[in-house]
Amino acid sequence: MALTTEEVEKVALLSRLQFTPQELASLTAELGKIVGYVDLLGEVDTTGVEPMAHAIELLNVTQDDQTRSSLTREEALANAPKQNGEGYLVPAVLGD
Amino acid sequence: MQLTSLSAARQIALLRAGEASSVELTQAYLDQIASHDGKVGAFLRIDPERAIAAARKIDERRTAGESLGCLAGVPVAVKDILAERGERTTCASRMLEEFRAPYDSTVVARLKAADAVLLGRTNMDEFAMGGATENSAFQPTRNPWDLSRSPGGSSGGAAAAVAAGMAPLSIGTDTGGSIRQPAGMCGVVGMKPTYGRVSRYGLIAFASSLDQVGPLARSVEDVALLYEAIAGPDSRDSTCLPNEVLPVGAKLHQPLEGLRVGYAKEHFAEGLDSEVASAVQQALAQYESLGAKLVEVSLPHSRYAVATYYVIAPCEASSNLARYDGIHYGYRADQTKLVAELAAKKKSLEAAGDRHAAENLDTPLVRLYCKSRSEALGPEVKRRIMLGTYALSSGYYEAYYLKALKVRRLLRQDFDQVFDQVDVLAGPVTSSPALKIGSMKDDPLAMYLVDLFTVSANLTGIPALSLPCGRTTAGLPIGLQLQAPPLEEERLLRAARMYEQATDWQTEAPPL
Repeated sequence: MALTTEEVEKVALLSRLQFTPQELASLTAELGKIVGYVDLLGEVDTTGVEPMAHAIELLNVTQDDQTRSSLTREEALANAPKQNGEGYLVPAVLGD
Repeated sequence: MQLTSLSAARQIALLRAGEASSVELTQAYLDQIASHDGKVGAFLRIDPERAIAAARKIDERRTAGESLGCLAGVPVAVKDILAERGERTTCASRMLEEFRAPYDSTVVARLKAADAVLLGRTNMDEFAMGGATENSAFQPTRNPWDLSRSPGGSSGGAAAAVAAGMAPLSIGTDTGGSIRQPAGMCGVVGMKPTYGRVSRYGLIAFASSLDQVGPLARSVEDVALLYEAIAGPDSRDSTCLPNEVLPVGAKLHQPLEGLRVGYAKEHFAEGLDSEVASAVQQALAQYESLGAKLVEVSLPHSRYAVATYYVIAPCEASSNLARYDGIHYGYRADQTKLVAELAAKKKSLEAAGDRHAAENLDTPLVRLYCKSRSEALGPEVKRRIMLGTYALSSGYYEAYYLKALKVRRLLRQDFDQVFDQVDVLAGPVTSSPALKIGSMKDDPLAMYLVDLFTVSANLTGIPALSLPCGRTTAGLPIGLQLQAPPLEEERLLRAARMYEQATDWQTEAPPL
């Protein structure tokens, strides 16, 4: 199925990605080609087939609820591009 | 005698006997890296001082009579996708260029516990997405057998390092063939264990229901050694299997009596390179001459495997990679610049009287996500995020993701039926030998189709191994893929060893 540029733009926003108009054009063509290929799956009769989400279907795996040490705040923040020693810093979320 | 031409098993014996030291051995590999890696580009980073210091410490402990781990003193290269506390782990992405892992992945912890010497980090396709190691944000890796060709991918650095004698043992990861495909193209042995055999704790996620860590080396025995060092239950990964992994030991060298080797007619269809086909046919004949019974089997859904994979893997990737937001860790776009851009855009929209568009502009936070991701992720990673997001978006979920999960079960049923008739399945790893660097750059779909023979083992979760079975007239390695039922790594390794013992493809080294 061919994709439109509008669809690809919408998916870009959902993906939190930005593209130049040129990138958008080539991406639309590439994705269209790939989606066209995976449309092959439509041929397969899957009536009554249970979806298989995992290769090895384990039962629930549980653990005792025990407290263990984890990363310190300092360690957890160490890779943050912007932080103030207490938390991650982000742009204003609410309007100005 | 050159230490680096010996197998890891032999090196371990020499170290134990006191006939070589880990410092000597580690230095020998560092020298190999110094002379070859400028051409090959297998390593992203090495830390000679640290490696030598670790080797020295192991030598000292050995001299002091301490009991040592199973890989004591042997260098291991690690794909740059597994976390090591305090060290950079980049996934070959600008996004994680400066990331330092706050904890050890289970695989790295087990290598440390086995007293292996961590030699350095190998190159890969960014976030393990690709089949040629060309999607690395930092450098391409070249095939040691022909420097104008790619080593395959995504664990191309891991395979090239072993092929070029720059590491005896190497850790890779395999989501759709990323260990087996480069192993085949570089003429080394690589195994993807059963899904869940090796803990994924601290493995940077690509597609969580498919990702599996595994070993690469020059021989089946070395692959078994490294596998046994890293595999086994781990309470930190709930998908890690509870089954203990028993060492195969001397049994490895015993041929399997009455082995039934299957070959799928679908693996020898049109599009298979004639030299690859003939090498694989000869390998089958070799098995027959060793007393194995050959059985033709059928995998009727195999023609849907790539389509199934390229729905499921991107869906999981789009979800896993949502964590790269420019906030918690990784690359962040210039905030001041983007706030100014947004303000200017708003002003121009308002001036044009388009109040609706002005009000619907991204918030600075959303724009920060978008910019950070767009500036730091490469084209293939973006393509897969887009593909996955599309397939999971409302209105398409059932037609793509759910459908693919159903076909995945049918594929597994194909394999279950095959393994009712045979013990292992043998066939090609890829339809052609190593490709010219850049030859698939503009055709992502053609690149995806290279994964034709390898993705099924990931979708079905079964163990699979690639080992050298020939050379093209141009001298490029050809790989043989063996697949076995879930948890039958021992059978897989023994079947591989049986073939290896009868041939000498693994003894040749590339002409560097």
